[in-house]
Amino acid sequence: MTDNLKIIERITQQEYKFGFVTDIEQDTFPPGLDEDVVRRLSQIKQEPDWLLLWRLKAYRHWKSLTEPDWAKVMYSPIDYQSISYYSAPKKKKELESLDEVDPELLDTYNKLGIPLEEQKLLSGVAVDAIFDSVSVATTFKDELAKAGIIFCSFSEAVKVHPELIKKYLGSVVPITDNYFAALNSAVFSDGSFCYIPKGVRSPMELSTYFRINASNTGQFERTLIVADEGSYVSYLEGCTAPMRDENQLHAAVVELVALDDAEIKYSTVQNWYPGDKEGKGGIYNFVTKRGACRGRNSKISWTQVETGSAITWKYPSVLLQGDHSIGEFYSVALTNNYQQADTGTKMIHIGNDTRSTIISKGISAGKGQQTYRGAVKVMKNAAHARNYSQCDSILIGDKCGAHTFPYIDVRNPSAQVEHEATTSSIGEDQLFYCNQRGISAENAVSMIVNGFCKDVFNELPMEFAVEAQKLMEVSLEGSVG
Amino acid sequence: MIIINNLHAKIDGKSILNGINLTVKPGELHVIMGPNGAGKSTFANVLSGKPGYEITEGSVQYLGKDLLAMSPEVRACEGLFLSFQYPIAIPGVNNMYFLKAAMNAIRKYRGDSELDAMDFLKVIREKLKEVNLDDSFIKRPVNEGFSGGEKKRNEILQMIVLQPTLSILDETDSGLDIDALRTVAEGINNFRNSDRSFILITHYQRMLDYLEPDFIHILLDGKIVKSGDKSLALDLEERGYSWVKDQSSQLPKA
Repeated sequence: MTDNLKIIERITQQEYKFGFVTDIEQDTFPPGLDEDVVRRLSQIKQEPDWLLLWRLKAYRHWKSLTEPDWAKVMYSPIDYQSISYYSAPKKKKELESLDEVDPELLDTYNKLGIPLEEQKLLSGVAVDAIFDSVSVATTFKDELAKAGIIFCSFSEAVKVHPELIKKYLGSVVPITDNYFAALNSAVFSDGSFCYIPKGVRSPMELSTYFRINASNTGQFERTLIVADEGSYVSYLEGCTAPMRDENQLHAAVVELVALDDAEIKYSTVQNWYPGDKEGKGGIYNFVTKRGACRGRNSKISWTQVETGSAITWKYPSVLLQGDHSIGEFYSVALTNNYQQADTGTKMIHIGNDTRSTIISKGISAGKGQQTYRGAVKVMKNAAHARNYSQCDSILIGDKCGAHTFPYIDVRNPSAQVEHEATTSSIGEDQLFYCNQRGISAENAVSMIVNGFCKDVFNELPMEFAVEAQKLMEVSLEGSVG
Repeated sequence: MIIINNLHAKIDGKSILNGINLTVKPGELHVIMGPNGAGKSTFANVLSGKPGYEITEGSVQYLGKDLLAMSPEVRACEGLFLSFQYPIAIPGVNNMYFLKAAMNAIRKYRGDSELDAMDFLKVIREKLKEVNLDDSFIKRPVNEGFSGGEKKRNEILQMIVLQPTLSILDETDSGLDIDALRTVAEGINNFRNSDRSFILITHYQRMLDYLEPDFIHILLDGKIVKSGDKSLALDLEERGYSWVKDQSSQLPKA
């Protein structure tokens, strides 16, 4: 192995920074899943009957399904009976303000750089923090309330805004949608809910921060965002988890609804624990994310930076129902060491004059395997639909892989669909070329990778873009040799 | 400038350089000529520190320092520049960003302050004219979709921007039409001064019509077998490498 390959290895083998465990007392269900667990969960959360029935229906449906195996990922079978389906930090009473949050928890979020404390509120991002199964804090609530925006934990929304939850829960991702969505519907424990009323532009970025802490637990959160007519919201999502030897399951569902002239911009920086250099441990990230552009001229934009998880199975999609609606998907996914990702999007054109854009950038290093899987579907009655897809992959080193599976299904002759794909590698020759111009191998890799991801980073909100760029550098450290 | 003493190098266990001796003084332009497989590119690669080669014997003093002990990027920062025979593309990284990163890496190494984008733009605009390239050139990704001539001119552009003390030009003349050849040669001539040295590797005499080399060396089987002035290149053009081979086989073994 030559020196440059060694540098590639070194750069891609940096340690995970967020792998600490918070020592906190927790209420955790014993492992196992049956109807009783679903009932107890619903009971703890003091849910209305309709929701319990909805969960049970989902559970029964889930039981009738088998785990999908079409994704290009390999893992030993998940034992759903060995997972605990609920874990929450112990608390004595309802929290009134951040001051009452366990200092251990706040400390955890501080370590992660999440602005929960008052002094950090100046940074202007409203945060809902989810710790294992429950939401621990939501900031900026009052200020948002003045604008009429509802931003709270899912549990609270079920209590305070049942009519909205009843109307929209499962309306984009039905319980029967897929195996992991059905499981989530049965056992989801918390999440974030957001409603932007007619004509309101959210005065700040809304953000949810997810943290898995307890061992042997799954995290099943649910996010629902409804943007009413003419409204706009930009939503950020971040996630980390401790380093543990066993694999942990994360099966979330995110539903977005945009009504007439509404716009939702949803950005994710996913940095769940990816497992160690030998591929031990790490999060199994099986997530269903979908947005419905229900109204005319509505727009939903997904931007994701996926650097974590041992396995990622995720296809943020848009149903373009309203005429003139727009769907966008911008993705950077990085797989290093033994990480595997099968990710992409679905753009379903239903209304007339609908447009979609897909920009996917995959980076594989170490022994990482990465698949882009994307579907563009133009229905029979969708006149003048347009899609542009661009899927680029870059390989660092010679032991990783990149795969592209585009599915295109066009049933209306007026559609225009374009697909472009490239695969390249950061070769030793490129590194040597940079070295010969005085640029170190590590800077060269980060320059090449950032150049490669530029189109997607440009779509992220400013502070997130900087974070994403740093994250890429960290995730790649040890990857160049 | 550089003193190369009895340099031996192997790649994949095969000996390519078999004892090269060469001294280049400041301001001199040396030309290395030789048939395919003589070790010309290996020589350039070994001097610039390309991974994969094993140095089995010999030493290289560069500005009084041990060149072979330096990493490739340190060699570059110390003022050694290689104009690549086949410059590689770096998609997504624009030429300007790349050159700025290179220039600032070198400046940082030397303890100079880094240039910001505006200052750098001023520098590069000036240099672009010298190699007959327009502004749009620096916004394109490094070497991606460049024609053969553009790639070579880009190498020369990098050279005159980075201002190396020793430039090794590996077949910078190959694949160029006559106009591009002249532009490249002019770029080199304008850049020459009494402090800067050059090692030019080439197959052909034609580039030498535009340059004033101080020495011509003929490389054969990893050794310099004949050295002379400019007229040697003309002799070679006329009589071919077999003439040198015959001569060298008659030489007593050292």
